Amino acid sequence: MTGAKQRTALPFWVFVGPFVIGLVIFAYLPIGWSAVLSLFDAHNTVTPTEFVGLGNYADMLADDRFLRSLLTFSLFALFVVPLTFVLSLALAVAVNQVRFARTFFRSVFFLPTACSYVVASLVWKLSIFNGVRFGLANTVLGWFGGDTVAWLSDPNPPWYWVVLVTVRLWLQVGFYMILFIAGLQRIPATLYEAAYVDGAKPGWQVFRYITLPQLRPTSVAVLLLSLIAAYQAFDEFYNLLGTAQGYPDFARPPLVYLYYLALGQNQDYGHGSAGALILALLIALVTLTQGRLLGLGRRD
Amino acid sequence: MPVGHSPSRLASALRYLALSLAALLFLLPFYLVVRNGLATESDITSPEWTLFPGTVHWDNLGELFGDQSVPMASSLLNSLLVAVLQTAGQLVLGSLCGYGLARIPYRHANKVFYAVVATLMIPAAVTFVPSFVLVSSLGWVSDLRGLIVPGLFAGITAFLFRQYFLDFPRELEEAARIDGLGHWGAYWRIVVPNSKGFFAAVGVIQFIGSWNAFLWPLVIGQDESTWTVQVALSTFLTAQNINLHELFLAAAVSIAPLVLVFVVLQRHLVRGVTESGIKG
Repeated sequence: MTGAKQRTALPFWVFVGPFVIGLVIFAYLPIGWSAVLSLFDAHNTVTPTEFVGLGNYADMLADDRFLRSLLTFSLFALFVVPLTFVLSLALAVAVNQVRFARTFFRSVFFLPTACSYVVASLVWKLSIFNGVRFGLANTVLGWFGGDTVAWLSDPNPPWYWVVLVTVRLWLQVGFYMILFIAGLQRIPATLYEAAYVDGAKPGWQVFRYITLPQLRPTSVAVLLLSLIAAYQAFDEFYNLLGTAQGYPDFARPPLVYLYYLALGQNQDYGHGSAGALILALLIALVTLTQGRLLGLGRRD
Repeated sequence: MPVGHSPSRLASALRYLALSLAALLFLLPFYLVVRNGLATESDITSPEWTLFPGTVHWDNLGELFGDQSVPMASSLLNSLLVAVLQTAGQLVLGSLCGYGLARIPYRHANKVFYAVVATLMIPAAVTFVPSFVLVSSLGWVSDLRGLIVPGLFAGITAFLFRQYFLDFPRELEEAARIDGLGHWGAYWRIVVPNSKGFFAAVGVIQFIGSWNAFLWPLVIGQDESTWTVQVALSTFLTAQNINLHELFLAAAVSIAPLVLVFVVLQRHLVRGVTESGIKG
């Protein structure tokens, strides 16, 4: 601090005020309002009508479709989070080890970050995983004598998971690779020299006992960020599985369910708000406990 | 690069082979967008899949922008407006707030800081129902204000700027103070001009995020006149009859500006990703 005590709070609020006012209006107020709405019956209106207490919460927690959406998310995260971790780490290590064309490879893997989920879903749905014979994946399967697969329209067997998971991997692996590369470059070279002097074999041993432990803070960040991102999955589900007739009754993650509940035909804001708050609470809890378990709070 | 040994030639060759294959796989979707966008409908739906369809149909571009049923020009303009205004607004508001939190002494500064950080715990996407309720009562549904304004107050931006300004060299500001500049003058004349790189890093991330945003624009942009390009694409993707080559070309047009931003500003983008990923 600069020593001299500020006599008024004015300079502080000149800088901080505009942002904080906006934050109160557009972050705190909606949450407060929807906490109120969640206790009321509110169909087709955003003003509370009939007080129902915790009824909406009870309904949501007993709502089979809401619970199934949480299951869908859990399955999705179970595939996406570990695969993202392994692939982005592998790419980072490989890119970091080559000398020639390193920038080229880094840029190529990072490039999908510039692509939207909508465009990627479009390519996955209509080109790569198109269910008809001219689809690219089906063409490749055909070379090996495989049958044409209806990737997205048929839930048995659930091939749609392949589509949902690969599109997200393509879009986000490069982003996390950048984080891992930054982490790798922070590891002091002296550690590797010491390991070499001590006779550690280059390769797996060095990776296991030097690189991986040194990457711990980055690893924690990648796991946490990719989990939170998976929680909020909406774009690819909506665009890959949604049709002119609506959304199928399988593979509905929480946000898609809330979207149709609150903004669909019924405009059920009471239940929608309750569901949103349950979800927000879950995410906050997961962030806090996972952060604590993995030691994210430690800052040096 | 581990120091002290050089990997064997074979391992190195295998590494390059694997990386090159992966690179091809990563570039394939981009190629498919352009390929299908500049092909004819029968090229795309041909049962014999070909890597390069016969001729490149540049005239598809004229067809796309001339098609009255596809609001391509207006949705691109909306996306541009939203992304530019949101990025500029976030940079100004977030950096001012971050600077105030980092540098201006005030008794309750810590409490304000915690109030900002607390919003990081709850992702904006989860609160879209509450936010929609608020924005609709302001009458901002199907209104560009509804698309832009709520996104201006991202706690992460203020947080990142605060962390950055904590490390900003004090000597520069003290020189400005001696010259008689207050906080406000020092901020605009000394601090901002010396932080261009960081502004670019945060800005390019926000711009990409704004341009590619989907859920909020879908919720708010209900009328065709307020569709962003993502909403327009999605509407035609989930429609009954799809004109494939037009849709793919629209997708190609929608990512072109971002690929350009990406290539030109990649250095800043990498920095922005690293800062927000590690600190955030």
